[in-house]
Amino acid sequence: MSEQTPLLRLENLCKDYGQGMILHHLNLDIYPGEFLTLLGPSGCGKTTTLRMIAGLESVTEGRVWLEGRDITGLPPEKRPLNTVFQSYALFPHMNVFQNIAYGLKVRGIKKPEQKQRVEEALRLVRLSGYEKRMPAQLSGGQRQRVAIARAAVLRPKVLLLDEPLGALDLKLRQQMQTELKRMQQEMGITFLYITHDQEEALNMSTRIVILREGRVEQIGTPEEVYEHPQTLFAAGFIGQSNLLRGEVTAVHPENRFTLRVEDVELPVLSDRPFAVDDRAVLCLRPQRVRYGFQPQHQMELQGVIRQKYYSGGMQHTLIALSDRVTVKAVTQASEMDQFQIGDRVYVGWNQTHAPMVPDEKLDEKLDSEAAGEGQG
Amino acid sequence: MNRKDKRFALLLKLPLYLWTVLFVLAAMGYVIALSLQGRGELIGVSGQWTLDNYARLREPQYFQVLVNSLRLAALTTLFCALIGYPFGYLMARLKPASRSIVTMLLVVPFWTNSLIRIYGWRILLIGNGPINTLLMNLGWIQQPLKLLNTEGAVFLGMVYALVPFMILPSSTAVEKLDDSVVEAARDLGASPLHAFFTVTVPLTLSGLMAGCVLVFIPSTGLFFLNDLLGGSKTMLAGNLIQSLMKSRDLPMASALSVLMLAVTGAVIALYRRAGGDADGLGLF
Amino acid sequence: MKKHSFGSKLFLGLVLLVLYLPIVVVVVYSFNDNSTRIPLAFTGWTTRWYGELLDGKGGYGPALLLSLRVALWSVLLSVIVGSLGAVGMTRSALGFRGKPGRFERFMEAFSILPIMIPEIVLGLAFMVIFNALGVRDNVARLVLAHTTFCIPYVFLSVKSRLVGMDQSLFDAARDLGAAPPRVLWDITLPLCRPAIVSGAFLALAMSMDDFVISFFVYGAGEGTLPLKIYSSVKVGVSPRVNALCSLMIAAVFLAVAVQRYGQAVRKAREKKAAAN
Repeated sequence: MSEQTPLLRLENLCKDYGQGMILHHLNLDIYPGEFLTLLGPSGCGKTTTLRMIAGLESVTEGRVWLEGRDITGLPPEKRPLNTVFQSYALFPHMNVFQNIAYGLKVRGIKKPEQKQRVEEALRLVRLSGYEKRMPAQLSGGQRQRVAIARAAVLRPKVLLLDEPLGALDLKLRQQMQTELKRMQQEMGITFLYITHDQEEALNMSTRIVILREGRVEQIGTPEEVYEHPQTLFAAGFIGQSNLLRGEVTAVHPENRFTLRVEDVELPVLSDRPFAVDDRAVLCLRPQRVRYGFQPQHQMELQGVIRQKYYSGGMQHTLIALSDRVTVKAVTQASEMDQFQIGDRVYVGWNQTHAPMVPDEKLDEKLDSEAAGEGQG
Repeated sequence: MNRKDKRFALLLKLPLYLWTVLFVLAAMGYVIALSLQGRGELIGVSGQWTLDNYARLREPQYFQVLVNSLRLAALTTLFCALIGYPFGYLMARLKPASRSIVTMLLVVPFWTNSLIRIYGWRILLIGNGPINTLLMNLGWIQQPLKLLNTEGAVFLGMVYALVPFMILPSSTAVEKLDDSVVEAARDLGASPLHAFFTVTVPLTLSGLMAGCVLVFIPSTGLFFLNDLLGGSKTMLAGNLIQSLMKSRDLPMASALSVLMLAVTGAVIALYRRAGGDADGLGLF
Repeated sequence: MKKHSFGSKLFLGLVLLVLYLPIVVVVVYSFNDNSTRIPLAFTGWTTRWYGELLDGKGGYGPALLLSLRVALWSVLLSVIVGSLGAVGMTRSALGFRGKPGRFERFMEAFSILPIMIPEIVLGLAFMVIFNALGVRDNVARLVLAHTTFCIPYVFLSVKSRLVGMDQSLFDAARDLGAAPPRVLWDITLPLCRPAIVSGAFLALAMSMDDFVISFFVYGAGEGTLPLKIYSSVKVGVSPRVNALCSLMIAAVFLAVAVQRYGQAVRKAREKKAAAN
């Protein structure tokens, strides 16, 4: 990827509304054909970033480059980028056709071509025949499609989508995820997508940028950010994790460490340079935890099953490694399940899939979220 | 936002700015300047700066008028509140259909020129008018009562002309009130009356306050009402300004106006202080 | 819904009755067939006074024309100045962000001042400033004064509409390629149309209705309709004025009815649209 020239380059982008920085020195390259997602909780600066790219928000510091051209000072109407707004922002006094044709009309494109391109866009979003409807007569999902068609009809270099599925209900949201992927493939346009929903990001993106309080926490493919979170925040925000906090008590050869969590010592494999006494957190996906009556490979710990519950085809099990340390395991539920509460079991995990990250203070809300998910 | 955007926004604001500077700021400034001038030959001013006009406001002929006006304004506000707030409250709690009828019934007098409505009172109150005729026919009185050209008539006219300004904000405030709050108070053991005074009234105070401001401010300046119903027997601030202008004493008229402006400003400041916002004053 | 006691209904009815009493009296006496100088005894029904009015007796025609002329000019000017000002001050309505500066907030406060202060003070201020500026033409004086107190109605109406609107509508227009003037024309003004119309009607009513300010501003002569009515009723009671006032009351009734009807139609249409 890196040999390609970036389509859109954010260089040192900063935003300050006068009450402190909202965005700190964001550097990001976006390549043609990507489905790049900016992911983060509300207030992390993702919408501000999108608005700065669109030209709807002034840039405090830094540059925005499009195909090697500096567009930082360009007003929104002069940028070959288009946005799908969270509230759809369909013009209520225009019908579907007029809404979609608006950008074409402003550009002085002739009527016959307008008509043809609007029809094409409607076909893309599967709303052919809705030209005469007013926005008020459409359902939420249909409005969403019109908003996409209206932006896509202009064939932008990058389509910017600001939490476009946020206002839809869960079922429709899941359906639209697939639809969006399909539309992107049909259009062949680069998508810059914004969401606070990590599942959405994991499902659709080719790359994810995790933002927190205006700073990048991690950039990577869905797989990378899921399997190898670089920070405690990334680990806690994406998916479920057992977050086991402790301190490094020993450094062994070949990137091996010992982490003491409360009264339990855990073996850790990490390519990061930890030192003895470092505070660190082991991020353990519940799906990675294995347990059984017989000690198998990589099952060198022991524990007691404390709780079991069934949810959505999966078996959730809480296993106490000691009085103070509990890990959660998630396995495929099977009728053959032979474990009972109180059983003593051997526990372990593949250490390459359990990254360790430096401990840090997260703000209270996220911290409790992370802790809640970790401890079940 | 870039410079071009800013320039366009300024272009749109410019007419309003110019208009405001010329006909509000300059006009007010000019009145203030006039109030600081002595009376003179040329264009009615002496060209000398002085605080004399304000000092003269203490003279009984002016002071009495000011006291009368303020007392009348305060009394009018009080009575408007006593009638308008309960009306607004009851109206807001009507069924939607009846409420919209009452609203419409209120809108018509509200939009009818106040001059016409006051004229109606003039006819009603006049010596051989309908009220006296009715009372005499009923045999309750032998001689027509003197109703017109009394202070009472002016007071009646004031309350009558201004009570819609109390009703509308009050009813809006009550409408906005969340019913469940009152129900909660009842549930916690408050009697209806107790709930009304401890929950409804405090929570709709903003409407009542807005109404008071909307009644008080114009009530100080309705000079024609005094002309038509009071026979100009007692002078009010508005009549005084008018008669001062007739006698071409512009500086003194200006000083009185500035004083009225100050009172208005104080009332609005008080309203803001008490937590009212400017939007509450917008009736529409 | 809630139960209303007989007492509260009586109170509502009584207040409404008193509110309408003088209006009814004015109308009834406009049909009084009694032509003594102070004709208060009701002697019979006639439509004579309306006929006289239409024949131009009493000279109310020119006053009405003057009122209309002043009102139309004032509405036109206040709609332009007030609504453009409101759009310019709500910068998001053009698709950009930013907080108003101190100067702008100052100007906004003063631009709506005319409806916050006693009319008589405003009247005096207009009189002295027009004299100082050498504006002598009566129509010009009236139009300038009326426009000044009409602007706040339009301004507030449009501004409150804009503030309540989804800002991303304007962002979207710019994002789709429209420069601010185009956004104003294609999006902002069409969306503000109801607010502009209701502001304009308010301004029209206020201008037609104004007595106090016109009284101060107007030089010699008969003046606008309210001025003319004032000078007629000050001296006594005249059935011709009653007829005129009745017509004005009828106009208000008609306007309110039309407005209500329009509202009902719009609501019904919206309901139908939502049902589709």
